Amino acid sequence: MSRQIRKSGIHTIDWHLPALSSSGSAHHISTELFVLTYGALVSDLCKEYSNDEEINHRLETMGYNIGVRLIEDFLARSCVEKCQSYQETTDVIAKVAFKMYLGVTPSVTSSSPAGDEFSLLLDSNPLEDFIEELPEGHSSLLYSNLLCGILRGALQTVRLAAHVELIQNGGKGEKKTEIRLSFLGRLEENLPKSED
Amino acid sequence: MADESLFEFLHMEMVAYVYKHQSGDNNDQERGSALSTLEGLGFRVGQGLIERFTKDTPSFKDDLDAVKFLCKDLWINLFRKQIDNLRTNHQGTYVLQDNKFSLLSQFSNSKQYIEEAPKYLVYTCGMVRGALSNLGIDSVVTAEVSVMPACKFQVVIQRS
Repeated sequence: MSRQIRKSGIHTIDWHLPALSSSGSAHHISTELFVLTYGALVSDLCKEYSNDEEINHRLETMGYNIGVRLIEDFLARSCVEKCQSYQETTDVIAKVAFKMYLGVTPSVTSSSPAGDEFSLLLDSNPLEDFIEELPEGHSSLLYSNLLCGILRGALQTVRLAAHVELIQNGGKGEKKTEIRLSFLGRLEENLPKSED
Repeated sequence: MADESLFEFLHMEMVAYVYKHQSGDNNDQERGSALSTLEGLGFRVGQGLIERFTKDTPSFKDDLDAVKFLCKDLWINLFRKQIDNLRTNHQGTYVLQDNKFSLLSQFSNSKQYIEEAPKYLVYTCGMVRGALSNLGIDSVVTAEVSVMPACKFQVVIQRS
């Protein structure tokens, strides 16, 4: 850094730096920013509302509003082909979308005989990276419910109606986050709007 | 590893949510409450981030060093670029200029929607204040924007 002669007023500091951080862990911190922000938001909701159902609903709705926009980002960047079946759609969600946005790939299990219901199982859920246990008094909190809303909003925007439910939070021990995806059918042409 | 766009989408939705649920009557007091909620969320996250981030780095020799760290290392990791310009009066005021602030670049490249801009800056102001706070530095952080997506964060160190 070059030394500036001291004058009164505002000085500019000279930068002589490489364009990218040499630590090379930009993505890692990017995860933390998202995860910590989400954690602060959930924590705030828990302070404001004692009813877990209310909190879960709000998280789902926020996720929905995100999903409606995220899908465009996803389609623009992933160049996936149009899916021919619900199974294919679910595979794309697990192997491409989750990988792209969260860096993890859930396994797809427990598909229904009709091929319209699937479970996504996350061995490790980044959202819960810093969570030891659910906040006190909120034992029915669906911590990652934002993800369910995101999936529902994204699918709705490509005209697939789906019911997306968080069956189980992840957490300490053997528990894996499980999201149940139930496809309900194609939708008529209409633009989804933001939900309250 | 989370994609950075996921944070950007969450941030946008978070701002919309806090405003919808905390400024029902759209009066100044309630808008202020929404801003302070967002700032408070950012503050806690900034504290958490800097703690994890500076685990292995030696402590900073002075305020300027700490602010420079924010401008380079922290900003790169939060927004994939450094602060473009840092100015100081060497008396505790720092102005951090970002010419293409990622949380604003979804909006227009102009003066349109400029009244909305503060909502999208206050969370980051909180993060800066939280980060400095965990480094032992008390500050007041504000932001201003004249032409999007450029903005300036002003940090005023508080001496007790």
